[in-house]
Amino acid sequence: MSVFGQSVMRLEDAPLLRGEGAFAADIDFPRQIHMRVVRAEMAHARLVSVDVTPALDLPGVIAAWSAADVAEVPPIPFRATKVRGLEPYCQPILAQGRVRYVGEPVAVIFAEDAAVAEDAADLVLVELEELPALLDAAAEPTDFDATRNTEPTIVRKSYGELDAAFRDAHVVVALDLAIGRHSGVPMETRGAIARYDAAQDVLELHGTAKKQHWNRDEIARLLGRAPSSVHLFEGHVGGGFGVRGELYPEDLLVCLAALRLRRPVKWIEDRREHLVATNHSREQRHRIRAAVDAEGRILAIDNVFFHDQGAYIRTHGARVADMSAGLLLGPYRVPAYRATGHFRLTNKTPAATYRSPGRFEGSFVRERLMDAIAARCGLDRVEVRRRNFVDVSEMPYARPLDALGTDVVLDSGDYALLLDKALARFGWDARVADVARRRAAGESVGLGLGVFVEKSGLGPSDGVRMTVDATGAVELVTGAASVGQGVETALAQIAAAALGVDYRRVRVVRGRTDRIEFGSGAHASRVTVMSGSATHQAGLALAALAKQTAAALLQTPEDALEIVDGVVRRVDTPEGASVTLGEVARALAPGTKLSRDRATPGLTVESWFHSDHMAYPYGVHLAQVALDRGTGQVKVEHYLVGYDVGRAVNPMLVEGQIAGGFAQGLGGALYEEFRYDERGQPLSTTFADYLMPTIAEMPPLDILVTEDAPSPLNPIGVKGAGEGGTNAVGAAIASAVDDALGGRGQVTQLPIMPRDVLRFLAEGAA
Amino acid sequence: MKDHALTLTVNGAAHRITVPARRSLADALREDCGLTGTHLGCEHGVCGACTVLVDGAPIRACLMLAVQAEGAEIRTVEGLASGGTLNPLQQAFTDHHALQCGFCTPGFLMLATAMLEENPAMEEAEMVDRLSANLCRCTGYTNILRAVQAVAAARR
Amino acid sequence: MKPAPFDWHAPTTLAEAASLLARLAPEDGRVLAGGQSLLPAMALRVARPPHLVDINRVAGLDVLAVEGGLLRIGAVVRHVAFEKPVAPGPLGALLAEVVRHIAHWPIRQRGTFCGSLCHADPAAEWPLVAVVLEAVMLAHSLRGDRRIAAVDFLRGLLDTALAPDELLRGVEIPLLPQDACWGFVEVSRRAGDFAQAMALVVLRLDAQGRIVTPRVGIGGVEAVPRRLAVVEAVLEGQTPSAALFAAAAEAAAGAVDPMEDAAYRRALTRTVTLRALHQACPA
Ligand SMILES: Cc1cc2nc3c(=O)[nH]c(=O)nc-3n(C[C@H](O)[C@H](O)[C@H](O)COP(=O)(O)OP(=O)(O)OC[C@H]3O[C@@H](n4cnc5c(N)ncnc54)[C@H](O)[C@@H]3O)c2cc1C
Ligand code: FES
Ligand code: FES
Repeated sequence: MSVFGQSVMRLEDAPLLRGEGAFAADIDFPRQIHMRVVRAEMAHARLVSVDVTPALDLPGVIAAWSAADVAEVPPIPFRATKVRGLEPYCQPILAQGRVRYVGEPVAVIFAEDAAVAEDAADLVLVELEELPALLDAAAEPTDFDATRNTEPTIVRKSYGELDAAFRDAHVVVALDLAIGRHSGVPMETRGAIARYDAAQDVLELHGTAKKQHWNRDEIARLLGRAPSSVHLFEGHVGGGFGVRGELYPEDLLVCLAALRLRRPVKWIEDRREHLVATNHSREQRHRIRAAVDAEGRILAIDNVFFHDQGAYIRTHGARVADMSAGLLLGPYRVPAYRATGHFRLTNKTPAATYRSPGRFEGSFVRERLMDAIAARCGLDRVEVRRRNFVDVSEMPYARPLDALGTDVVLDSGDYALLLDKALARFGWDARVADVARRRAAGESVGLGLGVFVEKSGLGPSDGVRMTVDATGAVELVTGAASVGQGVETALAQIAAAALGVDYRRVRVVRGRTDRIEFGSGAHASRVTVMSGSATHQAGLALAALAKQTAAALLQTPEDALEIVDGVVRRVDTPEGASVTLGEVARALAPGTKLSRDRATPGLTVESWFHSDHMAYPYGVHLAQVALDRGTGQVKVEHYLVGYDVGRAVNPMLVEGQIAGGFAQGLGGALYEEFRYDERGQPLSTTFADYLMPTIAEMPPLDILVTEDAPSPLNPIGVKGAGEGGTNAVGAAIASAVDDALGGRGQVTQLPIMPRDVLRFLAEGAA
Repeated sequence: MKDHALTLTVNGAAHRITVPARRSLADALREDCGLTGTHLGCEHGVCGACTVLVDGAPIRACLMLAVQAEGAEIRTVEGLASGGTLNPLQQAFTDHHALQCGFCTPGFLMLATAMLEENPAMEEAEMVDRLSANLCRCTGYTNILRAVQAVAAARR
Repeated sequence: MKPAPFDWHAPTTLAEAASLLARLAPEDGRVLAGGQSLLPAMALRVARPPHLVDINRVAGLDVLAVEGGLLRIGAVVRHVAFEKPVAPGPLGALLAEVVRHIAHWPIRQRGTFCGSLCHADPAAEWPLVAVVLEAVMLAHSLRGDRRIAAVDFLRGLLDTALAPDELLRGVEIPLLPQDACWGFVEVSRRAGDFAQAMALVVLRLDAQGRIVTPRVGIGGVEAVPRRLAVVEAVLEGQTPSAALFAAAAEAAAGAVDPMEDAAYRRALTRTVTLRALHQACPA
C-alpha cells in the first residue's frame, strides 16, 4: 500500500518531544552580542531627536544607533502585485523624521547581555512632538508626509453590468460589516541571529522562516552584497501563520550589526514587542450591497471596503486587499461584480497576511450577506446558498477576475455535494428541531453556516533535488520552508511513494539558501501543492533512473523492474536477484562506468513544477451556539468543518491543520482583538489583554475531510489544507449567534463581544 | 547588584551556576544550564511554555527566580525520556499528533506529567481545566487532551 | 522582557525580614511572596524595585490552621493549599470553590493568599472573600503587630493600608456557622482570567426559613470589592423567592459604580448576584 494518503506518524516529533529543538532563541554563537530595539511610545509624532549617549555609558554596551547611523539602508521592499506606486510608504529600518505607530523602531542597542541591552534601551532619550493619530481607515485620509496622503491606492476590480443589475433587482440588500484587528501570534516570538563569517565572506542569518530566498535576495540588495554571499537558515519554527518569516526591520539590523561589529548578533523579540511589532492583520470594514432577483439569486455584488493597513506597507504590499477584492465571491455565481478597496494607512502596527488572509474577512462578509438575502427573500439559509452555487458541471469555472496576479479559475469542486455531506454529518435537520424546542423553553440557541472557497498552490514554480546516498538514505532538498505544519513528513511521504522507499528513510532539507539556489518558501498553502508536485516528479524520475541503472546491473529489462522498500527487483520474481538503491547509488558514483554514460554522476535528480493557476479547495463550516442571557457570552456547543482538499497526503496532518486553524478562527470570532485608545496607544500588549482560546474555549469539533474534487492542475491532485479550518469560523459563528438572537441581522462585527450580545438581546426583547 | 553562586539540581544533575538575582529560573535553565527545552512564550506567566516541575509541582519558570530554586528538585522536558526511549506521555503525544510546531510541547508535557502524578483518574472536565493553563497556537488542543487521556487510561 | 536589576534578600526569620524591610522600604524595596503578580510586573518593567525581600524562607509563615474559631493563614500559604477544604464546614468548601477561579493551577502553586490581598487587584478573588467574611489582616513591622479589618485594609486600586515597611504576616478568617449557605459566581472572558464581575453571598435561614445576616459582596466591578448594604437590606428577614432574588440583583446593579464599561458591568453585577443567591439557597 502506498504511503501517500496514509496517516503515518510525523518525522518531526522526536527532537521536539525531547527538548532538543532548535528554535531561534536556542541558537547561540561564541562571542555573540545581543540587540534590543528602542520603540516609539507615541502613535504619531515628529521625531525631534534621539540621544543614545546615556545608553553608551552603561557598562556592557557596545554600540547604539538611531536613524542617522543606518541612513544608507533603503526601506524594506514588498513583493510586487499589479498595484503600483506603493514604494514611498515602505518602512525604514529605524524611524526617520516621524514615528507612525507605537512600537516603531527608533533606535537599537547592542550589548554583551540581553538584560543589559534592555537596561540601556531604557536610557535612550527620544524626543517626540505628538501629532494627531489616525485610527479609523474608513475616516477621511490625512497626511502621510508632506506630499502624500494616507490612501496609497484603491484596489479596483469589476466585471459585468453592475448598474443595470442593481436597477433591475427585485431587492437590494446592503450591509455595513467590520472585522477586528487580530493576527497570527505564534507561541514562539520572532528571533534573528546574524553572523559574519569573514573567512568565507558569508553573512549568515539564523532563526528565519517562510521566505528565505526572497529575503536573502533583498537583504543582499539592501546591504549591497552578492546574494550568493548571504545564507539564510531555518531551524525549528514555533508557528508562522503568515506573520513570521517576512522581512522586518530587526532582520536587517542584526545583519548590518554583524557586518559592522564583526560579532554574532542575537535578537529575540519579547512578547510585548511581538504584539506591537509583528504584523497585525484582518482589520477591514465592508459596505457591501447585493442585487437579488425574486428567487434569491444574486445578480450583482458591489463590495466597497476600507482596509486598515496600519502605519506602513510591509512585504506583502497590497495583497490582503487584493485578495479581499478578488476572492470575495467564494462558491457563488455572481453575474456582475465591482470591488473598490480603499487601501489605507493608519497609526497602528503595520498589517499583512494571517492564515486565510482576505478570505476570513471575505467569508464573514459574503456569508453575512447570504444570510441577509435569505432573510429578505424569506428563504431558508441553506437553500439560498444552494441556489447560488457554481455547479459542478461548470468546472473549471473562470471568473473574469484576478487575484495575486493570476486569473481566478476555480479548478474543480462540487459545492452542493459537500454542503449535503456536511449537513448530514452535523445532523442539521435534527438540530434545527432541537434548537426550536430549546428556544421555546426560553434558551437563546442558534445554528449557523458558512460556505467558502479557499485558494492554494500559488505558483509559479518550485524545485527540489532528490538524492539517494550510498546507504540508500534519501535526501530531499527543497526551497520550501516549514513553519511547523508537518512539511517534512508530507514531502517524505510523497517522495517515498513515488520512489518506493520507506518514508522514514527520507530526510527533508528545507529553509536553507545554501543548499538550493531557488525557493519560494512556505506560505499561502502552497508547499504541498507546489513542492509536493515537484517532489512527486522527482521521485518518479529518480525511480526511472534507478531502474535504468539496475537494469544494467541485473541484466534485466527496465520495465520488468519495480522498487519496493528501497530494493530494485523483478516484478515477476520478487525473491530473485535484486539491488538496493544504495548499491545503485554506488554504481553511479563519479568515475564508475555507468556514471560516465550520464551528464552528472550520482543517483540524484532535480525536478521543477510549474503552475500558472491556483488550486481552490472548498469547505463548509457549521456551528451551534448558545448565548448566556445573563452575561452575553457565546458558548459554541458544536462545530463541524467540512473541507475538500482534493487529495490528502496525510489525513492526520490535514485534520491537525484544520483543528488548529479552527482554534485561531474561533479567537478571531469571539476573543482576539488588538485594541487602541483614542490616542493610538495599544491596549493589547500582553497575553492578559490579547485573549487567545485555551482548551477550555474549544467546542467539540467534528472534521470531515473529503476528496471529491482532486485538482486537475497537479499530478497528485492535492489542494492546500492549511487555511480551511480558519476561513469561515467568523462567518459561521456570526451566523449562529445571529440566529440565536432571532435572525435580525444584528451581528455585523467581529469579534462578537459579550457586551454587544447582551445589548442585542435587550434590543430584541424591546 | 551582586551575582549569586548557586547549585541547581535539574533532572538529578547538579549545575553550579553564577547568576544575577534577576535571572529567572527559565533563563537559568536555558542560558546557564544549557537546557533549552524549556521555552519562553511570554515571560509574564500566561502561556505556560516555560512550565517545569519544582519539587513535583508544576510552576511557571518565568515567574520564579533562579536563586529561589536552589535546593529544589527541578524536572524539565529533557528528563522525560530514558536514553533513546520516549516515555509514555511523549509517545502518546506523537501517536495522537498532539504537537505541530512543538514550541508549546515541553510546557504541556511537564504540566501533564504533574497532572498524571497527582491523579491519573482525573475526570475529563478536570483535565480540561488543568490543561487550560497553557496555550498552544497550532493544534486546537483536542489531540493534546487525547494524548493525556490515553496515558491516564493506561495508568489506571 | 527582563526585570531591571535588583538585590535579593532572603531572610529566614520574621525579625530579620522586618529589619530588612525597615531598611529597604525607604529605597522602594518590596516583599516578594509568590511572585505571580510582582515578577510579571517587573518583567514588563512597570515595577522596578531595587530590592526584594523574599519571605519564602522565613520560618513560621506557612501556618494554615484552625484555632479558636478562626482559620489562620500565614504569608506563604499558596493558593493551591485551598483546593482541598482547609477548615471544617462551609468555610473550607467555600474557599475550595473560590480558589478554582484563581488563575491556573501552576500559578496557584506559587501565588499566595496574603500576596493577593497585598496586591489588591480589584478583580482578584481573595480580597472579595476577605471583605465578605470579615477577615482580619495581621501586619508586622519593627514597630510590632497591627490588626486591620479587611474593609480598612483594601483602600483602592492596588492600594492597601499596609505601610511600606510592613509585612502582612497572616490573615484570620472567622469560621462560618455550620448552617451558613453560600454562593460564589464569577464571570471572566476565558477560563482562569481575572473576573469581570463576581459575587459572593453568605447567609443563614432561621427556623421559619427567613434570611438572617445576609452578606453580599461584589468584586471586579469597582476599584475595591465591597459588601452592598442596600442589597443585604433587601434580603434581611425575607423568605427566599425568585422575585426576592431578582429584586436583590436589581439593587446590586444599581448600587455599583463600575470603573469601566458601566452598562455591561452593571448587567454582569445583576447576573452574578442573582446566580450566587440561587446557588446559596434554592428559592
Ligand atoms: C497569568 C496569571 C493569571 C492570574 N489570574 C489571577 C486571577 O484570576 N485571580 C487572582 O486573584 N489572581 C490572579 N493572578 C495573580 C496571582 O493570584 C498572584 O499570586 C497574587 O495576585 C499575588 O500573590 P503573590 O504571592 O504571587 O504575590 P507577589 O507577586 O509576590 O506580590 C504581589 C504584591 O504584594 C506584595 N506582597 C506580597 N506578599 C506580601 C506580604 N506578605 N506582605 C507585604 N506585601 C506583600 C508584593 O510586594 C507585591 O507588591 C494571576 C497571575 C498570573 C500570572
Ligand atoms: S513564558 Fe512563562 S508563562 Fe509564558
Ligand atoms: S504545537 Fe505549536 S504552539 Fe503548540
